[in-house]
Amino acid sequence: MSVSTIPAVAPVTAGDLRRRIWLVQIGFAALTVLACVTAPLIGPTTISLRQVFDSSIPFAENVDAQIFFIARLPRALAGALVGASLAAAGVVLQALLRNPLATPFTLGVSAGASLGAMLVITLGLPLTVVGVPAVPIASFAGALAAVAVVYALATLRRQGLSTNVLLLAGVTLNSLFSAIILFVQYLADFTRSFQAVRWVMGNLDVSSYGPILSALPLMGIAFVVFARLPRALNLLTLGAEGAATRGIDVLRTQRLAFLSASLVTGAAVALGGPIGFIGIIIPHLVRLLVGADHRLVLPASAFLGAAFLVACDVAARTVLSPMELPVGVITAMLGGPFFLWLLIRHR
Amino acid sequence: MIPAHASGSVSGVIDEASPLLRADAVSFSYGSHAVLHDVDVTVPAGGLVGVLGPNGSGKTTLLKLLAGLLTPGAGRVTLDGRDTAGLDRVTIARRLAVVPQETELAFDYSVLEIVLMGRYPHLHAFELEGPADLDIARRMLAATGTADLEQRSFRTLSGGEKQRVILASALAQFESRTTTDDDPGASRVLLLDEPTSSLDLAFQLETAALLGRLNRDHGMTVIVCTHDLNFAAGLCRDLVLLRDRRILAAGPTDAVLTPDTIAAVYDVDADVHRHAVSRQLTVVPLARR
Repeated sequence: MSVSTIPAVAPVTAGDLRRRIWLVQIGFAALTVLACVTAPLIGPTTISLRQVFDSSIPFAENVDAQIFFIARLPRALAGALVGASLAAAGVVLQALLRNPLATPFTLGVSAGASLGAMLVITLGLPLTVVGVPAVPIASFAGALAAVAVVYALATLRRQGLSTNVLLLAGVTLNSLFSAIILFVQYLADFTRSFQAVRWVMGNLDVSSYGPILSALPLMGIAFVVFARLPRALNLLTLGAEGAATRGIDVLRTQRLAFLSASLVTGAAVALGGPIGFIGIIIPHLVRLLVGADHRLVLPASAFLGAAFLVACDVAARTVLSPMELPVGVITAMLGGPFFLWLLIRHR
Repeated sequence: MIPAHASGSVSGVIDEASPLLRADAVSFSYGSHAVLHDVDVTVPAGGLVGVLGPNGSGKTTLLKLLAGLLTPGAGRVTLDGRDTAGLDRVTIARRLAVVPQETELAFDYSVLEIVLMGRYPHLHAFELEGPADLDIARRMLAATGTADLEQRSFRTLSGGEKQRVILASALAQFESRTTTDDDPGASRVLLLDEPTSSLDLAFQLETAALLGRLNRDHGMTVIVCTHDLNFAAGLCRDLVLLRDRRILAAGPTDAVLTPDTIAAVYDVDADVHRHAVSRQLTVVPLARR
């Protein structure tokens, strides 16, 4: 399958590339900041940005600032982190698998995470373990288990990493875990299974900085690895052998890409549930805008994914206010048609 | 020089004097399917070697072994006397480039971007391609007759255009950015798999001329896998003939390209004569045996 992108004008002089990388990063980062500052202003109680940042009023008396920083900003930041993580993981996995249809959930990570969360919720296990919420921990553990199984299978047969096995094992594990999830749900009582279904829809109902801080180190590690990957990902587009003959240590690149993308996906799902479509529409949209060079695509996707998810979450909170929609429903309802448009656009 | 042992593997020794790239008793199998058995090939610096053989005789596998893309099941491959298994990819990439038969991109890049990918082994981890790299890329585009395609999307090119762009990308690997180049051109190896398979007549001639020039004027070592006997006869100084996982004959083109060896390799009766105008060996297949 080819979602054909028009290569944005390639650098014509050497300075062009450097300038473009800076412009793209600053431009998309500005969008993220704009989304994160605007989102907390929107809600049932109207607050003013001027008063939020009015330093003449002490914080304890500044209701607007309290609503902004305590009630709403954590949710926006969680949205930004999850959006950035899923979009960047999508870029990395599409390049690794050389498949534009890959998503962060293709390799079984989300199914593993869902199963973990599902078990805690439906089996009625205590919702906190020594003060730490159990659902995110269980979902992250589930994600790691899925990653371990898929990775072991892909490296079992021969030296090196088979991206074909990776893909097939991931897809199979997705179905297997989904079946187990259905089984667990079938046995669970109504209230718990309702809770579990809600979790699977994806939800950014984060009302404190705690969950963000616990996800941050994992995401940080993954993004440090991501920063080193773009050029190798560019060369992988030529195929493993084309990349190897141009000096890439393909196996090392594949390992780093797979593990970092899985780590960041596991952390994102633990924080916001399996929110779909971000990992596929954002990378494609960004390629349409900036071309295929991963030095541009990877950072731009992370920033745009962050801004997009924060915006979707505002929609989720306000469209049927006071009722709150799961943000995963919004991203899928926007993402599905967008992706179909992308498919037919160049035919 | 031409080994003609009655039995056993014939060694593809072309010149023992200064072996640049060497396969030493190399065997390879995909699972239980043996592809090459106990093969010796020695390519001297500045060699221009054609690898011939019927479908499935192991030409591409031999090429991949020589490029260090496959690890031999037995034996070893050395570049300048060093086992390629122990060399890192960047070191190999500066010395040895491969033009595969086909290149399919996972994502759409411009032609210039593809050629610039050849500069990878010369860049540090976070370094961007500089003016020198861009200059090299443009020179290689010009050398392969693809300069006017620079801004085109690679995916929209014809098969022949793609092949020439990939050749430009491969050649871009060799150029040092500094003028004080302590690595002479003679130590560079270019491996090509069926370089003319999707080229029209004019570009077949042009590619042969380019490879000949690279070899003659820059001392580049060129190894070509091909089905096109006349292309090989016109271009290559030495030939290696593969059949049934082994080397059947190897040596100077004039000595190896005979009706007897062609019959032994391809099961085809052929007439081999020197062409009246071109003065090059010409093979005309007559009948299947």
